[in-house]
Amino acid sequence: MLFSYSNVLVFAAVGIAFILVTLSIGALIRPYAPSLNKLSSYECGEEPVGSAWMNFNIRFYIIALIFVIFDVEVAFMFPVVRIFKEWILEGRGVVALLEILVFVLILLVGFIYVWKKGDLNWVKKI
Amino acid sequence: MQPFIDQIISECEILQGLPLWFSYLIFQLIFCGIIFVFVAVFAMLAGYAERRVAGRIQSRIGPNRVGPQGILQSLADGIKVFLKEDIIPTHADHILFRLAPYFIFIGMFLSFVAIPFSSQWVIADLDIGIFYLLAVESLVVIGIVMSGWASNNKWSLLGGMRSAAQIVSYEVPVALTILLVVMYSGTMSIQGIIMAQGAAPWNWNIFQTPFLFVAFFPLFMGSLAEGNRMPFDMPEAESELVSGYNTEYSGFRFVIFFFAEFSNLYLIGALATVLFFGGWQAGPLPDFVNGLLGIETPLSAAIVKNLVELCVFMFKSLCLVFIVIQLRWTLPRVRVDQLMNICWKYLVPVAFFNLVVMGIWMVVVPEYVTDIVALCMTACGVLLLGYFFYRVAWQLKNTKARLRFNPLS
Repeated sequence: MLFSYSNVLVFAAVGIAFILVTLSIGALIRPYAPSLNKLSSYECGEEPVGSAWMNFNIRFYIIALIFVIFDVEVAFMFPVVRIFKEWILEGRGVVALLEILVFVLILLVGFIYVWKKGDLNWVKKI
Repeated sequence: MQPFIDQIISECEILQGLPLWFSYLIFQLIFCGIIFVFVAVFAMLAGYAERRVAGRIQSRIGPNRVGPQGILQSLADGIKVFLKEDIIPTHADHILFRLAPYFIFIGMFLSFVAIPFSSQWVIADLDIGIFYLLAVESLVVIGIVMSGWASNNKWSLLGGMRSAAQIVSYEVPVALTILLVVMYSGTMSIQGIIMAQGAAPWNWNIFQTPFLFVAFFPLFMGSLAEGNRMPFDMPEAESELVSGYNTEYSGFRFVIFFFAEFSNLYLIGALATVLFFGGWQAGPLPDFVNGLLGIETPLSAAIVKNLVELCVFMFKSLCLVFIVIQLRWTLPRVRVDQLMNICWKYLVPVAFFNLVVMGIWMVVVPEYVTDIVALCMTACGVLLLGYFFYRVAWQLKNTKARLRFNPLS
């Protein structure tokens, strides 16, 4: 068990080390000749106008919120679906199925609400 | 992997003198190195193959100068880019800008921990393998948003934001589909999911019930979108966003983005193979090969068995990878609002419907009906495939195209 997960750590360490080492070696052999124009932000050859750190569209937040709700639901449903087959063999399949249905239906109501409200439309007037 | 390492340690005297954790670490590093080499070689060859396929589809040649038939082109590109200046814009957030490639690379690389290449050749068969895959793939989103925001460039910001919205949206149908497969297999371990299937097509998950067949498409489209592949490559839409979130990146940092993208190609194929196409299941093939080669010792027989399974897994996943590459050069790019519509208004409802109906099906329908349905589904699949080839042949005949079976000609 611990062995399996230690592999994840080893992989992460090797991944970080790979990028770190190649970038450090690259720093020794690649040219370094900065200039004012080279270091300016790219804006199709024009002088960059202002900073890009500005407010962006609120619909990204809405999508993110809907995603969080769905993803949490999926995470909670994993244990139920994992034992679903075993419970069917034990004759308790209907119970697990009802649980899944209740869970899905509650979310479905929310999903229909979001859909009707038009939050799933990408193009809309705010 | 642990039993295998234990076996080696018990037979090797030098290793017995070392502390146990140290010898484990050595072997873990070796296996990690093997996977890393595989990922690197695959990324290189995938980059090459993609350009060649693009050439063929667009009626031109593609790279054919570096090495035989240009097969070393990606290596040459890598070396060239390695020697390029590393530019970080003055107005960028330097720390985040440097940090982003790490997240993107690690999110991709960690997924390979749980990919089973054969019945024994898997780095770690985690109990919650499929859940783990979902989790680590999400690291890529953090990297993309980070690079988009840190660049302080309008194109990057738009690309990063779009990409984040796209990836998190398409994660929902993918997760729901995985849920469906877990429900049908009754296990979350990836090896378990493969073991629940069989070698023959009528034992594959995709042909088990109509719902699993339908569920394949949300998964496949979702993983295409998560890998930022055509037709869902909005974040990199070069005709509108220059290059999306990696506009400001140059030199080796830029290569890391592409490295991750091309390795992700393999993950798309491997995930679909594991969930729907029976993974490494080879049936009687290993025994047949063993008989053919006349191998009798258990160790070499096991190695041959694993090799055959590896070939089966590679064949299936590389077929899917090839389809993904072809899709990129066949389909036009979808618009960003269409992209969101496809996900939330079609794929998510379909995936939910599948999940619920599949649950009812599993409770209500007895076992033998499922077997009959699986056979019928397989027959339908074969018919569909036959019709596809018939159409291709018809097309070739009608256009009087010349078939060239040698891909290098």
